[in-house]
Order: sequence, then structure tokens, then C-alpha cells
Amino acid sequence: MICPVLDAAASFGAPVIARAPLVGVLALQGAFREHRSALERVGARALEVRRPEQLSCLDGLVIPGGESSTMTRLMRDYRLDEAIRCFSQDGGPVWGTCAGAIAVASVIEGYPEQPRLGLLDARVVRNAYGRQRPSFEADIDVVGWERPFRALFIRAPSLGAVGSGVRVLATFAGQPVAIADGRTLATVFHPELTGDDRWHRAFVTHCIGVRVARRRAAATADATGEPGPEPAAPESEAREARPA
Amino acid sequence: MGRVAEEGDVPPPEGAPLMSDTSIGTTVVKTGFAEMFKGGVIMDVVTADHARIAQDAGAVAVMALERVPADIRAQGGVARMSDPEVIEAIVEAVSIPVMAKCRIGHIVEAQILQALGVDFIDESEVLTPADEAHHIDKHAFTVPFVCGATDIGEALRRIGEGASMIRTKGEAGTGNVVEAVRHARSVQGSIRALQALAREELMAFAKLHGAPFDLVLYVHEHGRLPVVNFAAGGVATPADAAFMMQLGLDGVFVGSGIFKAAPGVTDVDERNRAFSRRAEAIVKAVTHYADPDELARVSRGLGQAMVGIELDSLPAEQRLAGRGW
Repeated sequence: MICPVLDAAASFGAPVIARAPLVGVLALQGAFREHRSALERVGARALEVRRPEQLSCLDGLVIPGGESSTMTRLMRDYRLDEAIRCFSQDGGPVWGTCAGAIAVASVIEGYPEQPRLGLLDARVVRNAYGRQRPSFEADIDVVGWERPFRALFIRAPSLGAVGSGVRVLATFAGQPVAIADGRTLATVFHPELTGDDRWHRAFVTHCIGVRVARRRAAATADATGEPGPEPAAPESEAREARPA
Repeated sequence: MGRVAEEGDVPPPEGAPLMSDTSIGTTVVKTGFAEMFKGGVIMDVVTADHARIAQDAGAVAVMALERVPADIRAQGGVARMSDPEVIEAIVEAVSIPVMAKCRIGHIVEAQILQALGVDFIDESEVLTPADEAHHIDKHAFTVPFVCGATDIGEALRRIGEGASMIRTKGEAGTGNVVEAVRHARSVQGSIRALQALAREELMAFAKLHGAPFDLVLYVHEHGRLPVVNFAAGGVATPADAAFMMQLGLDGVFVGSGIFKAAPGVTDVDERNRAFSRRAEAIVKAVTHYADPDELARVSRGLGQAMVGIELDSLPAEQRLAGRGW
């Protein structure tokens, strides 16, 4: 499929730009601009994604915060849900924040009719901490990080009953608030609003790792004429999630 | 006066666990919430049924009202905060955030709305102003506020008072987008002009526009307001909504434009279907505001839009955009 962004980069003859990973931010609704800025601050290129065909050229995808019912409806209506599932099945890293975390979960408690992607084996509870008035900020400890992370919980969901293949990367008051398996990350808070880019850096590092593994696999396949080994996604986000 | 809560001194009524480093209602929690509405549509609703139609169409929030602006305009008299029962019925009906309006300067209406647990308060010129000189001190509340503005000075004064979100005033209840365009052009134009000024010219700008200096400095440095800026007042079609987005606004409020559409239709079910189609089309127009093919697709077959009012025919005392100081 033709990718206007990569073609443009190639026509500039700019190998440095072409090497920077291209991370899509789902831009149907919500805080996509903030994610875009944060991704660019940590050295990635960012693309606002509104159409399924845009996914084919991405190294990773962020599903931002916003109103989950709006976002999941638009995802379904514009057939982005199928495209994102395919992207993920092919090994593409996906990160959902807040409403995005609801979108990637396998079960949305109390809203069985709400469209969802089902990328991550977890049960999510919408507005688990209440409405806007009790929304809050707090420090959370993240596995492998020395300094705590100041997290904003805005009408935040909670993550309960996490599947066995899913790692808990951070908890708050005994509840998981950041979880990941090999290819999907979910955070119920808003790293894009804090100016602390450690989550974005970790995700972009992970995207680079996945791309390198895929290229090696493709190169092996070319050399042997056989399909190469499955690209090995890094074991967990925690490993990548080194402090800045 | 007006002190309702300071950061952290109200125990969270629901799930948020109390911990020493936990704070609620901070500026970033309030303005961050407003950021989540971006690229979305907030719809005025007067009944639980309307609220569900709005939610199913993809609204990011609803504004719970007793009367939409077009009816407030038609019926006249003093327009006040809605009955709490009306608001609670709408809160019960939907899972998306619920906003409600209080009168300009009416501290107690705002306290009541906060106590009801609404997610956002609109200190609105659509209601009859309660104070002719002062707006509410919005820093004193844990619930965030949105306020109308017609120009950069007014926008920055409201933000200075603690507004977490700004919207154009437009001319509510007219179905005529021209005033909203005027206000959007004015604010966006001033932002561009402010960026081009030399630093030593900023104080004169602040003086001329009656704007707090620190916020003038912020806009000069960042090229945007420190909070999101939505369109409101007169948006009636998907094209109107996309137009406001192309002017550089972050999202759209639709007041009378949806539930005053299909004026000739009397059958309730048929009318509700017309409301749904229009609401959904406006949501999609805001997402794909820069894609004319998609805008053409969603604009088809929506039936009749609300009957608009030509602003030249509106006497000065019936204009709402002039309210607020």
C-alpha cells in the first residue's frame, strides 16, 4: 500500500528522518494533539490517523484519551476497529490511554454493547473513580522506574481481572493502572498531559524494537526463501520502560 | 464569598482513595478534562430521551437544560439554572459527561450544580445575567467551568478567573453561525497578531484588551489559549460545524441546532430519527472537518434544519452575545 508519509521522507533523501519510527495517533476525537507533541519530543514522527489505510505504514499506534463511547463508535463506523485488530495481530504495538485503555480491553464492565478492540485480556470498569469532581492526580510507582510518575486520573477507568499473560506495570491503591502484554499497553491515566515523557519514550523504544525484529525476520525469509521466524516482540513493556 | 473548596480539602465522594499526595480539582485535572472533549460535539438536551439520542450519536458530553436557547429566546422572561430534577434525570440516563448552565455571576447556582455532581458548569450568557459587573471566581470550585468569549480580552479574563474551557458566544438559538464566526475570527486573529508582537509590546496589548499580562505572555509564547476553545452559538449543520473546526477551534457545542431541526415533522419517532441523523452527521463532520468528500457524504438526506433568524432582524436587547463583562 502507498504510504504518503514514507514516500515523502524518501523523496527528501533523508535517511535520518526515515529511520525515526512513525507512530500513529488515532485522531477521531480526544487528546491526540498532546500525544503527537510528546511523541515528537522523544524523537518519533507522529501521524494523525483517521482512515484504516493509514495504519499500513505505522510502527506503532496510540489511542488517546477522550470520550470512549464516541471514539469506539467512530472506530466501528469507519472500520478502524478491524484495521487496528489486523495491525495488532501482525505484531504492531498499540498503546491506549484512559478512553484508549477502555477501547483495547477485552471486556467493558456493564457496557457489553459498546464496541471494543479486545486486544488486551483485561476487564475494564468505566468511570471507576467517579465523575469529574473526584478526579485527581497522584504519584504512582512504576515497575523498574526509580522516580514515581505523577499521574492524572480524569473520570478514569480501572483495570480489574487482568489475564494471566498480562503484566501489571503500575498500581494505585492496590488497583492495576498500567498493564501490558507483549504488544499492547494500557494506562488509565494521562501521561500526555504531564510533560513527563517517560511513557512515550518507553513506547517509542518498544516500537523500534518491534520494527528491528520484523526487518530481521523479513531479511531471513528473503535469504532462505522460507518464511522467517515470527518477529519476537520484546517480552514486556516493563523491560523497555527504563527511566529517562 | 464563593469559597466552595480548595484543592484537596473535600474528601472524594466516590472511588478515589485518600492518600497524602492525592489532590482533586487541581487546575491540570480541570483543564485536562476539557482537553478530552477536543474534536468532539457537546449537545444541548432537555430530556433523558434526547440525552440518549445524543450519546448514541457520539456526543462527547451533553448540556442538561430545561429549555434549549431557541425556546428561551421565544418565551422570554428570566432564564435561570435548570431544576435539579431535570439535571439528575439526564445524569441518570447517560454514561457520558453532563454539563449544566448557571447565570453569569450567580455563585450559589454554581455551588448547587457542583453539589449535584455535574461534570462541567457553563457560566452562560444564554441565561439572564445575575451580576452586571462580575463573573464567578471559578478557582474556588473543584468542578471545571466553561465561559463564552467574543474576543481575546474576554477569553483571557475568563481564564484568569479560572475558566478551564472557552467557547465562542455566537448568537445562541438563532441557527445562524455568523456571530460564532465573528468571535472565532476575532480570537484566532488576535492570537496570530499577539505572536507577531515584540515582547515589549505585550503590556500595551494587555492594557488595550483588558487581559491579564501573564496570560498575554502565554499566548505570545505558545500561539494558543492555555485552555481549549470551542465553537458555540448558531451551529445548525455539519457544514457549520466543520467550518468552525477549519477556523481553528477545538470542538463544537450544538444547542438548538439538533433538537429544533425537522420543524415540520409531527410524528415523534420520525422526528427522533431526524434528530439522530443530524446529530451523528455533525459528530462525523467534526472528526473529518478537513475532508470535503466525507462532509458531502454526511450532509446528505438530513431533512430540514432548524429555522434560522437573520441577525439584522434581532433587536439589540434580544442579543445574548453582548452579555458578560
